[in-house]
Amino acid sequence: MSVPSTAIEIAAAVRSGELSAVEVLEVHLARIDEREEEINAFNLVLADKARSTAKAIDARVAAGEDPGVLAGVPLALKDNLCTHGIPTTCSSRILEGWRPPYDATVVQRVAVAGAVSIGKTNLDEFAMGSSTENSAFGPTRNPRDPERVPGGSSGGSAAAVAAGFAPLSLGSDTGGSIRQPAALCGVVGVKPTYGMVSRYGLIAFASSLDQIGPFSTTVADSALLLEAIAGHDARDSTSIDQPAPSLLESLGEGVSGLRIGLVTELMGEGIAPDVAARVRQAAAALEAAGATITEVSVPAASYGLSAYYLIAPAEASSNLARYDGVRYGMRVDAPTTAEMNAATRTAGFGDEVKRRIMLGTYALSAGYYDAYYGKALKVRTLIMRDFETAYTNVDLLLAPTSPTTAFKFGDKTADPLSMYLNDICTIPSNLAGHPAMSLPFGGGADGMPIGVQLLAPALAEATMFRAAAVLEAAAPALDEVWS
Amino acid sequence: MSSPLTRENVAKVAVLARLNLTEAEVDRYTEQLAAVLGHAEDLASLDLDDIEPTAHPLPLVNVLRDDVVTPGADRDEVLSQAPSVEDRRFRVPAILGEEP
Amino acid sequence: MNLTHEPIEGEHFVIQSETTGDQWEIVVGLEVHCELATATKLFCGCPNMFGDEPNTNVCPVCLGLPGSLPVLNRNVVELAMRLGRALRCSVEPSVFARKNYFYPDMPKDYQVSQFDQPINIDGWLDLPDGTRVGIERAHIEEDTGKNSHSGGSGRIHGADYSLVDYNRAGVPLVEIVGRPHIRHPEQAKTYIDELRAILLATGASDAKMEEGSLRVDANVSVRHVGDPELGTRCEVKNLNSLRSLGRAIEYEARRQVDLLETGERIKQETRHWDEGAGRTRDGRSKEEAEDYRYFQEPDLVPLVPSAEWIAAIDAAMPKLPAARRVALSAASGVSPTDPAVVIGVQRNLDALALAAIAAGGDGRRVLTHVEHNLAIDGAETLDASAFAQLVGLEIAGQLTATQAKTVLTEMVSSGRTPDVIAAELGFEAMDVNELEAVIDAIIAECPEEWADFCSGDEKKRGKLQGFFTGKVMKVTKGQADGKSVAEILGRRSA
Repeated sequence: MSVPSTAIEIAAAVRSGELSAVEVLEVHLARIDEREEEINAFNLVLADKARSTAKAIDARVAAGEDPGVLAGVPLALKDNLCTHGIPTTCSSRILEGWRPPYDATVVQRVAVAGAVSIGKTNLDEFAMGSSTENSAFGPTRNPRDPERVPGGSSGGSAAAVAAGFAPLSLGSDTGGSIRQPAALCGVVGVKPTYGMVSRYGLIAFASSLDQIGPFSTTVADSALLLEAIAGHDARDSTSIDQPAPSLLESLGEGVSGLRIGLVTELMGEGIAPDVAARVRQAAAALEAAGATITEVSVPAASYGLSAYYLIAPAEASSNLARYDGVRYGMRVDAPTTAEMNAATRTAGFGDEVKRRIMLGTYALSAGYYDAYYGKALKVRTLIMRDFETAYTNVDLLLAPTSPTTAFKFGDKTADPLSMYLNDICTIPSNLAGHPAMSLPFGGGADGMPIGVQLLAPALAEATMFRAAAVLEAAAPALDEVWS
Repeated sequence: MSSPLTRENVAKVAVLARLNLTEAEVDRYTEQLAAVLGHAEDLASLDLDDIEPTAHPLPLVNVLRDDVVTPGADRDEVLSQAPSVEDRRFRVPAILGEEP
Repeated sequence: MNLTHEPIEGEHFVIQSETTGDQWEIVVGLEVHCELATATKLFCGCPNMFGDEPNTNVCPVCLGLPGSLPVLNRNVVELAMRLGRALRCSVEPSVFARKNYFYPDMPKDYQVSQFDQPINIDGWLDLPDGTRVGIERAHIEEDTGKNSHSGGSGRIHGADYSLVDYNRAGVPLVEIVGRPHIRHPEQAKTYIDELRAILLATGASDAKMEEGSLRVDANVSVRHVGDPELGTRCEVKNLNSLRSLGRAIEYEARRQVDLLETGERIKQETRHWDEGAGRTRDGRSKEEAEDYRYFQEPDLVPLVPSAEWIAAIDAAMPKLPAARRVALSAASGVSPTDPAVVIGVQRNLDALALAAIAAGGDGRRVLTHVEHNLAIDGAETLDASAFAQLVGLEIAGQLTATQAKTVLTEMVSSGRTPDVIAAELGFEAMDVNELEAVIDAIIAECPEEWADFCSGDEKKRGKLQGFFTGKVMKVTKGQADGKSVAEILGRRSA
């Protein structure tokens, strides 16, 4: 039995009664049965719950109701999104078994839209990493090549979509954690404008950088999902006071007359030649479609990595202090509370998490604040200014997403800094709070997917998606030989 | 930009962060953190004297809510997730030291 | 501990050393935390309620559950600004900051507070004695949960384990930091009284020390009288009443003088007041000095109150105690630092007093009643013109002071007028002619004593004044007015 591969098609078929949500779900559960053991995209597959949700949706359709724009679409949720009564672990031992007493806002919104939550996906522990090798529950494997990483931190969500386990998934992006795995797995991944999607119920890593966003196989599907989850939430003080943007409507408007800039600083020596070549190929495709391509400098982008690896760990060190064994999660007993806190955190946190907590604590500590955290906040200002200047001359920016294609397990785990360098192209957008997305654009010399990245000014998602649609139509097939 | 990171710094920070490190771990983390901070030395070449820090990318101000009671959490549900409970309160081992 | 240092000055509390003769003065700065009287907590819609069952007023936000986010309560901002403006502070754009430390009553292991950009700065509070105490800042922060200690002695030291209730976590507080302008334990108590009156008048807090909605910490240091430099201070905590506040300041000052006189230095530390033992104790030494690593709270946005909002608060500001004392003083002719004026405002009877004075009551007399005779329930319901009438009867000599007090009490409880009550109690003034007749009769009965009275011998006159007055009182059953009797005796003996 075949079902359509896109969310838009599935939802239309379910809403019209052509397809049942139960049928759709069973097809996807069968795929999970077949390959999940190999891929390990999920921390938890919600087969029973999904079945009862799907049944309920079919009942509503039968009763003449409209279950919503995501009706019957299986959807995977990164395991740092709170799901009421369902274990939410952040792929960490310290939260193993914790059942939140509430749903994240995005979880509520996709449910209201009729989606069928199919499982909680694996991630680098507490979203800290670029390969999902930092998960306490084992790594996720890249569906295109199981010897390689899927990227991170939302590796599970990217792999789930790439492997066909679900047409849609949600991830979170703090320094590239949606876009980079999307590129490495060959799917679409979007980080919206900071504040566009509510963070209520997203277990925080770095509060001024985190955003939730969609994974999908098509640009239109990401537009559909982003429309469903975006918009003001009174429970998030950092939520933009506007309704969800309209993206699907203008998706086909093309790029005629748009000015698009290739970011000089992000096309430099750190970028693999095959990746750079695909980005130039994408630029050519946009030009052929009527856009004007130029080279644009965003000088401060070169400093983004350093600023990010001071700001993000600083906020994380504070956000992760609450994991102290008192109210929930793991506890390792000891005679005093302070000792219990330390024993619990030492046993419960993995290596990378500890590293970042200490880095962040140091960057904030007395005598060092000005030199590190304080300085990084000023660099953030510079980055925002340089973007602002760039956007007086162009409407969108184009860059690689990841410097390389998916690397092999263990390649970058010995040297943390080498792992951090995966994020150089994605970090600047997080610091600036700007939207950015990755979409597949052919393969590399090793046959693995390459993603190209579109960057836009704040709240310019509609323009960004228009260009993405053009690139999607022009994208070379994955197995087209790179030359 | 600043003095190089020492083992003493790392040991002190571990205490602040409630993490127990072995001696070997202190060594390893010192090396790794020093490498990251070393990379961040590239910021030293920037002239930041007249630049204001940006704590937040959003230009929002004054987000407020009305002073009205809304439903809370179910106590039993919350306590059921706690490692140790007594008398409907969270139980913790002896607390040394007064509240700072 | 040498207890023979005695204070020798009234306004400043000066300790004079018996050994060296040096004179030391106390310098005190008070930090006061008040719980704001809002319906809900600072960042969530849980009830802001004292005394409920443990962990029933909680939600993901105030429990700091993973994924939860704070949203600022508008009424907290309103009350914090009212308080700030009442303390003559400047209201500034402000941000929130995280104060990071581990403690089990803190759900997030950081407290959301305000650090380098607080909402209210640079105000002052004028005390009844005329001292102006500077207010450095009054900022918003969240309260912690409550630990109770089990096993051992029930106090934190020696407890085997603790139990935590988060009902109070997230309750809104304003921390008021006073400058070190206080020089006397009594002044410290007056400061708190005055602050409490302001908190009640503005509706910002119910300010009850015994319920914990008002908490006071005292920073105490000493220095030689005349020395412009401040000494090293110690912070004293665990002050649960005004009495403790006064006692602790005095104890701590003496402790510091003792140390300094033996050549030791004061260690800057936090000390705890032990009410039972009547002394301060050093806090358990911490292995590491706390480094709070303050940074701007990224889950909240800045607070920029509009000029309109501030103006509305100023326009609606009720009359504050200092201004009320001035008004009562002006109307009554009694000094604003007089205890009668201070107490009148404290007891919220100044409106009544002003109305009674406006209705013709004698100011001094009205205030005397307010000070001594109206510490009773329902006093504020007293009718002002009836009050004025009562005072009039007193002044006219128709009621003695004692009688007036009795009538007043009855007026409050029954709401009836003084003339009716006086008549009922038989307090009617004697007719002057009747009184004269009584006195003449007594004079006739005691010719010898009368001759002595009129003799011109002052000593004899003084003694016999009492003799004759006593006789008059006996005959009239106490209804004669003392002043009238004296006046008549005077006339008769002229």
